[in-house]
Amino acid sequence: MTRTNLARRGFLFGAAGLGAGAVLVGCTSNEPEAQNTPQQAGNGQGANSEPGQPVTIGFSAPAADHGWMAAMTINARASAEQFSDVTLNATEGTNDVNQQIAQVEQLINAGVDVLVILPFDGKALTSAGRQAMDAGIPVVNVDRVFDTPLAYRTWIGGDNYRMGVNAGNYIATELKRQNVNNPVIGEVAGIDSLPLTQERSQGFKDALEQQGFSVGPRVAAEFTPESGERQTSNLLQGAQNLHALWNHDDDQGVGVVAAIESSGRSDFFMVGGAGSRNMMTLIKEDSGPVKATVLYSPSMASSAIAMARLLGQDKGLADLAEHEIPAEVTTYSAVVTKENVDSYMDVGFDS
Amino acid sequence: MTKALDRSPVSPAEEGGKRRSFPVDVRLLGLGGVLLLLCLIGFITQPDTFLTQENISTMLRLAAAIGVVSVGMTFVIIAGGIDLSVGSMVALSSVWMTTLATQSYGPVVMVLCALLVGLGCGLVNGVLVSYGKVVPFIMTLAMMASAKGLAERLSGRRTQVVTESGFTSFFRASFLGIPVLVIMLAMVFVVGWIVLNRTTFGRRTYAIGGNSEAARLSGINVKLHTALVYGISGLCCGIAATMVVARTTSGASTNGLFYELDAIAAVVIGGTLLSGGRGSLIGTLIGVLIFTVLNSIFTQNNLDTDIQNIAKGAIIVGAVLLQHTARQRKGKPRAPSEPDTQPTGSQS
Repeated sequence: MTRTNLARRGFLFGAAGLGAGAVLVGCTSNEPEAQNTPQQAGNGQGANSEPGQPVTIGFSAPAADHGWMAAMTINARASAEQFSDVTLNATEGTNDVNQQIAQVEQLINAGVDVLVILPFDGKALTSAGRQAMDAGIPVVNVDRVFDTPLAYRTWIGGDNYRMGVNAGNYIATELKRQNVNNPVIGEVAGIDSLPLTQERSQGFKDALEQQGFSVGPRVAAEFTPESGERQTSNLLQGAQNLHALWNHDDDQGVGVVAAIESSGRSDFFMVGGAGSRNMMTLIKEDSGPVKATVLYSPSMASSAIAMARLLGQDKGLADLAEHEIPAEVTTYSAVVTKENVDSYMDVGFDS
Repeated sequence: MTKALDRSPVSPAEEGGKRRSFPVDVRLLGLGGVLLLLCLIGFITQPDTFLTQENISTMLRLAAAIGVVSVGMTFVIIAGGIDLSVGSMVALSSVWMTTLATQSYGPVVMVLCALLVGLGCGLVNGVLVSYGKVVPFIMTLAMMASAKGLAERLSGRRTQVVTESGFTSFFRASFLGIPVLVIMLAMVFVVGWIVLNRTTFGRRTYAIGGNSEAARLSGINVKLHTALVYGISGLCCGIAATMVVARTTSGASTNGLFYELDAIAAVVIGGTLLSGGRGSLIGTLIGVLIFTVLNSIFTQNNLDTDIQNIAKGAIIVGAVLLQHTARQRKGKPRAPSEPDTQPTGSQS
């Protein structure tokens, strides 16, 4: 009897603890959305900016589990709000492939005019994309590409290879400007097993080789600040002589910068990747190692919504001669430096 | 009731009725040998950069957080439990303290918050395991998910950068050339070692892990003790969270990623039995250092991470096999309640 009471008391105590925790979370939680200034697609060109036929756009994306992905969803919603003729039917973000397939099927059944899908896994969501296309609903595939063009009407996404190329070209140009011979160039990659990391590294390597340079010390982190700090700390110990460092991802870049600050080193400069607001601020301040970042901007989500609207209204891109929306749009990985950072602040995202 | 287990258990030095002047733990010597061998490999491959003061300092600094978590994990595993939630508790503690930092609370409140959140989560684990009779694996798995979810909710899945200069400058500083984080690790380790090997609490921890029913019959409050052991693990996670935030200047729900696996690996290769009742904090510390040194060797020699993971796996299996062989050679397993070090019999 006593044991039962104790067990019940223990259970209630534990539940009370968790409940108090949840309440405290509510009390102390920040509102991340309030910190974001979403990037919005341009108001369109000419006649495209005028309200037209109403369009219902279905939107499905992975869980906003890091800054870049959160910005993708925020941008999509903000872009839809910008158009009076657009109704956005957005599902809850999920990293469960089966759940995302089910969400897409629900959007098809709801009879949306156009679908915008950022799949958690392009291959796994291909069947859902095809299902929508077969049902006569045009699909805008964002970033992670489906297995076949039959699953989408148009694709918009970033260019991982060119990200590496542009980072490599910027570093090579800067080192030549500084008259550095035989420079040591480091690389802090993301998760090595991902194709996007491999593409970025290949682009970086190819660009440096074209300029007569090569990649020196290289580590792979895990897109997290902690892994960035850990791997960079080790890299810096091994590379007593370093002239430049490219970090693939600005989310892990917070840790990379922390490691550089801890080391007290100032003998090299750093280039980031993706284009977080935090890195852009450091570039603007110009008081530390971060001199540039190459974009992989979540503004592509805003563009995807804008294109979905035009697809729903049977319109093309106003400034092009084509009557139709292109089948593929690859965003450009611009290099953001101190000189042009002000013009890119609007596409910076919160890590 | 007489608390029989409060008396000093038989130490390795006293086996067979013979007391050695200098008790030698062959397994720990072997582990130390592996660590020295790795250091030698590092020195041979990178003579200019590996055994420098800066690199040793960096390696110890990187080992600090996972080292502190592993101290707590050692307590839990010796007591016959397991804690899969350490990574998530580190994440939640770090995010909670950086959330307060963004709301202009000072470093003292931040640190206290991390410690209380870690301790609180640990006690919830402990209370539900001991009084709620939830299996430790399941309970800590649930806490792993819950704490991670709370961390994501609290941070909005964003990285929260700490601009509180007082906090970062203190924890990233050095005292007499030794980083503050390393001093913190040393303090946690020494306190943990004393508690485990020189106090009644420590002996009871071994006793519960060896045979909880026998411990209960001997008068030990097994439930309360188990709850406290999980609380210690949580508190260690709070301390580790402070270290991680100091290192990265940020709190994120991704902090502490895979700490549970790294800590369990370090504890296991350190000679602690997963079934409980036997273990060594010194072994755990050497285990943590082995993985840290290995990481540094691989980075400095520009080797791929996949090869590093293979080597890590091989070391874990090799260490466990060596320990198994050593036990077989001894002919019999040691007494469940027998600590690795020689207790003095001090009462607390």
